[in-house]
Amino acid sequence: MKIGRDELRCTGCKTCQLICSLDHFKEHNPKKAAIGITGKFPAPGKYKISLCTQCEKCIEVCPTDAITNEAGIIKIDADKCNYCLVCVDECPFGAVFTHRDFEKPFICDVCGECVEICPTKALYWKE
Amino acid sequence: MTGGYGGSILRINLTDKKVVKEPTPDDLIRDYIGARGFIIRTLFKELAPGTDPLGPDAKFIMAAGPLTGLFVPSSGKIQTGGKSPLTGGYGEANSGGHFPEELKLAGYDMIILDGQSEKPCYIVIDDDEVKIEDAGELWGKGSFAVEETLKKNLGEDFQIASIGPAGEKLVKIACITHDFGRQAGRTGLGAVLGSKKVKAICLRGTKAIPVHDLEGLMKVGRRMYEQCFTNPAFELWQTYGTSAVVNWANRIGAFPTRNFRGGYFEQFTNISGPRMRKDIVVINKACYSCAMCCGKYSHAKTDKYDVYVEGPEYETTAMIGGDCALGNIKDVAYGNHLCDDYGIDTISGGSIIAFAIECFEKGIITEKDTGGLVLKFGDPESVFSLIKMIAMREGIGDVLAEGSKAAAEHFGADSIKFAMQVKGLEQSGYESRRAPAMLLSYMTSDIGAQHRPSWAVTHDIATGRDSAEGKAGKVIELQHTRPLFDTLGVCRLPWIEMQVPVADYAEAYRKATGIDYSEQDLISISERIWNLTRMFWVREVPGFGRASDIPPARVYEEKLTGGSTDGGILEREKIEAMLDDYYNLRGWTNDGIPTEQKLKELGLDWVNLP
Repeated sequence: MKIGRDELRCTGCKTCQLICSLDHFKEHNPKKAAIGITGKFPAPGKYKISLCTQCEKCIEVCPTDAITNEAGIIKIDADKCNYCLVCVDECPFGAVFTHRDFEKPFICDVCGECVEICPTKALYWKE
Repeated sequence: MTGGYGGSILRINLTDKKVVKEPTPDDLIRDYIGARGFIIRTLFKELAPGTDPLGPDAKFIMAAGPLTGLFVPSSGKIQTGGKSPLTGGYGEANSGGHFPEELKLAGYDMIILDGQSEKPCYIVIDDDEVKIEDAGELWGKGSFAVEETLKKNLGEDFQIASIGPAGEKLVKIACITHDFGRQAGRTGLGAVLGSKKVKAICLRGTKAIPVHDLEGLMKVGRRMYEQCFTNPAFELWQTYGTSAVVNWANRIGAFPTRNFRGGYFEQFTNISGPRMRKDIVVINKACYSCAMCCGKYSHAKTDKYDVYVEGPEYETTAMIGGDCALGNIKDVAYGNHLCDDYGIDTISGGSIIAFAIECFEKGIITEKDTGGLVLKFGDPESVFSLIKMIAMREGIGDVLAEGSKAAAEHFGADSIKFAMQVKGLEQSGYESRRAPAMLLSYMTSDIGAQHRPSWAVTHDIATGRDSAEGKAGKVIELQHTRPLFDTLGVCRLPWIEMQVPVADYAEAYRKATGIDYSEQDLISISERIWNLTRMFWVREVPGFGRASDIPPARVYEEKLTGGSTDGGILEREKIEAMLDDYYNLRGWTNDGIPTEQKLKELGLDWVNLP
C-alpha cells in the first residue's frame, strides 16, 4: 500500500504534519513531519504535498549506503548516515526532511495516520 | 512550565529597538487563561489611561491561547489587541491562518510592541532570534506583494502578518493581513502597527509545544475531530464555508441591504454560496488543524480585473455585496481583494461605503465632495473607487477613513442616524431589527457592533423575532461562551456548526495544561475578562455609559423594506427594556457600569471605578 496525494483537495490545514509529529516524536511540532505542505500563493492558489513515493532515488544517491527499502518502507540507518544531505537535495519529491534536533534526515514510514486524519481525503490509500 | 503554553512573552520596543523575553507569569495563566484574557489584562495594567492609540506609548499585542497549535480541531487562532484608534476603547481582532501556531512553535504566548520606529521596518522572529530590519521598498506596497516578497526572501516556512498602505496612512479601519487573505480585521489595529512604522511581522518557530498529558489530549482531540467528520453539515460547510449563510440570511430577512435599509437583497442568488463555488472558487483553504476549511480561495477574472482572493467570506459578501448592493460575485471578490491588498477591514469598509452612498443619494455630500465621482448603490465603480480613496486617504476618503461615526459628525445633517455603528465600530453583517437578541449583542459587544462575542439570530427565530423579553440572559451566556474560544486560542466554529461540545474544549484544556478548571470555571474567567474589557471603555472613553450602548436611530425610527422582514422595526422602549434587563443580570448600574461589588466578586477589586 502506498499513500496517494490529491493536491487539489489539499486545504493546507497541516493536520497531517501535526499528527505525523505526534505519532512519531510524541510532540506537537508540525515542523517534525515526514510530509511537506507548501502553499503556492497568491497564484495559482494551491498546495503542493511532498511525500515519499518509494522511488528509491535516495537509496541510489546515498554515499554511505545508509538508506534501504524494507518491504516498501524507506529506512535510514542512523549509524551509517553521515548527514551529508545528498538525499535531501536529490529527492525528486522534496520528501526527505530534516530538523535541527536530529542528526539524520527522516522519511515517511507509511504509517497512515495522516490518511486517517486528513479532513478532505487529499491523502488516500492506493495500491 | 505550564503545558499548553509557549512559555514566554516577547516585548519589542520600536523606539530603542530593545527586545526583552520574559516567562509567561503563572498568575496571568491562572487568572486570564490566554489570548484575549492576556491582552486586556496587559492593556489595563500597562497602558496609561488616556494613551493616544497611535502614539509611541500605545501597545500592539498579538496573543495565542493554551490550545493554539495543539491537536484539537481549528486550533489556529490568534487575537490581536490594543486601544482602538477607531473607537478609542477596547480594540481586538481575531485571525486564523498559520501565524497562530507559529507563535507557539517559536515559544511565545504573546508579542507586545511599543514605542515607535523612526524608519519603516519589519520584524523577523526566528525562534529565539529577533531582528528589526529596514522595510525599504516594502513601505507603500500592498499586503500581497509584501507577503510574497518576504516569503521569497526569508523562506516559505516563515509566516507573515503585514499591513497595506492603509495601515501606513493610519486609516482607522486598517487591518492586518496574513496568509494571502486571512485578516485581523476589526477596530483599526493595522493603523496601530502603521503608527509604529512596522510593515510586517515575520515569524518562524521550530520548537514543540509542551503539553501536560499528551495521550489524554490526543484522545479528546480525536473525539473532537470525529464529531466534525460525522456531523451531517460537515460536507456542506467544506463546500461553501461561511458563504452558505447568504441564502439563509436573505430568506430570514437578515441580510444587510443598501446601508441596512432592508434585510433582503433581491439579487442575492448572484452572490450566494453556490454561485460563488461555481463561478470563482479555486480551492478550499483552511487555517491550521481545521477540518472544516471554511476558507475559499477564489479567482475573479473579467475584462477589467484578474485577481486572486481568499473569500469572500459571508461578512464580506454581506457588507460589500448586499449593503452596497453589488449583485455580482466577481465584483464582490474584487472589492474584497482591494480591501485585503490596501489593508482595510471589509466589514467597516463596506459599511462606510454604503453610508457614503446614502449620504450622496440624500444630497448630504455631492460631486463637489467626491471629486466628481457619482456614488450609486449597485455600482461597482463607486465601491472600488471609494476603497482606494479611503485606503489612500484621497479626497473624501480622508474623512471616511476616520470611520462612519466620525464621518457622520463631519457631514452633519442627521447622517449619524444612519451611520450603522455602535461605539464607533461599524455593525457587521446581520440586520437585527427583527432579531432583538442579535441587536442587543451588537449594542453590548465589547469592541463595538461586532457579531463575534455574541451571535443570536437563531435564538431570536426560536423565541420570537419581535420579543425583547428574556433576550438579555441568552446574550450574556453567549458573551461568556463564544469569547472563551478567543481566550483558549481556537476557532468557535467546530462548536457552533459541528456541535463539538464546550466540555470537550474544557477537557482538552485540562489535558494540555494540567490545570483542573471545569467548564464553569472557564466561563467564570470569561465573565471576569468581559467585565475588564467593559472597565477599559469606562476608563478610556469620557462619558462612557448607557448612551454608548444605544444603536443608530435607523433601528428604532425606520422600518425595514423588502423581504420577509419588510416593515420590521425595534421600538426604542424595547431597546431600553433589554438594556435594563442586561445591566441588571450583569450586576451593573443602570448606566451600564460594573458595580464595586461585581468587580470584587470577579477578582477585579484592583480595578478603580471612576
